[in-house]
Amino acid sequence: MPEDTHLAQLATAFEGIPHCRELGLKIISLEPRRAMMRLEYDDRLIGNPATGVIHGGVISAVIDTVAGLAASASVPVKSAVATLDLRIDYLRPALPGEAVIGEAECYRLTHSVAFVRALAHQGDRNKPVAHCVAAFMLNSTGFSVADSGKA
Amino acid sequence: MLDNIRKLKEAGDFAAINQLIPYAGVIGLEAVVEDDTIITILRKRDENIGNYVIGAIHGGVVAALLEHAAFLHLLYAMDISTIPRIINLSVDYLRPCLNRDTFARATLVKQGRRIANVRVEVWQDDPARPSAAAHAHFLLT
Repeated sequence: MPEDTHLAQLATAFEGIPHCRELGLKIISLEPRRAMMRLEYDDRLIGNPATGVIHGGVISAVIDTVAGLAASASVPVKSAVATLDLRIDYLRPALPGEAVIGEAECYRLTHSVAFVRALAHQGDRNKPVAHCVAAFMLNSTGFSVADSGKA
Repeated sequence: MLDNIRKLKEAGDFAAINQLIPYAGVIGLEAVVEDDTIITILRKRDENIGNYVIGAIHGGVVAALLEHAAFLHLLYAMDISTIPRIINLSVDYLRPCLNRDTFARATLVKQGRRIANVRVEVWQDDPARPSAAAHAHFLLT
């Protein structure tokens, strides 16, 4: 099953990204064009000490990673993927003490660009914390599994 | 929190305001006042790498730098009655950010009664060659 091997390689590569290890960002599910990740709450991630709400930058990191993972899961294993742009709407504050789940889907794939939408929520996807649309450049000098063995 | 920020702002101590925020320390964000503007610095840190193939900083960390720079600039540039809350952020990634000290500077495009619009640019060697740019809206009420 070459497709599964591809996804397994992707999962290992993404969970091995230094910043994902730093945050403790884990993959929950991965299939062609779709990905889901989970980040546990941690006091270190707080952006507003008065409320305990995590920093918007943490949500950005979850969303950029899960969206990049969905983009990578849409193309052959050798393709490199680089974020072109990312727009995030912060819909409600993340509840302190609760994990954040990121979900992403590549909804349009062209020769050069993967268009991805993503959501961050805390267990109920009807109450999203953030919504995002992103575009990824394919076959540029981005992140690819093919090269990651050299690192 | 707000009173604390106001006191530190009066003393011109933006480094201390920055230190109130735990996440800023995790990724290595610092703030300095220079030529009547705030420069937000993201220190070189191996844990911030998102692409170990080319050794580039994680796109989410770059977004965090942009958002943080916009936030600190609002505290600096405005008389605040509440802590500004981010509504949305749109990031363009222009060049890879390699693993070294990275800088950001924001400008307040428009301050309305309830909303502020801010633009931010990130660079590494030369401010004229930005690595990333963003615009963001913040709620002021």
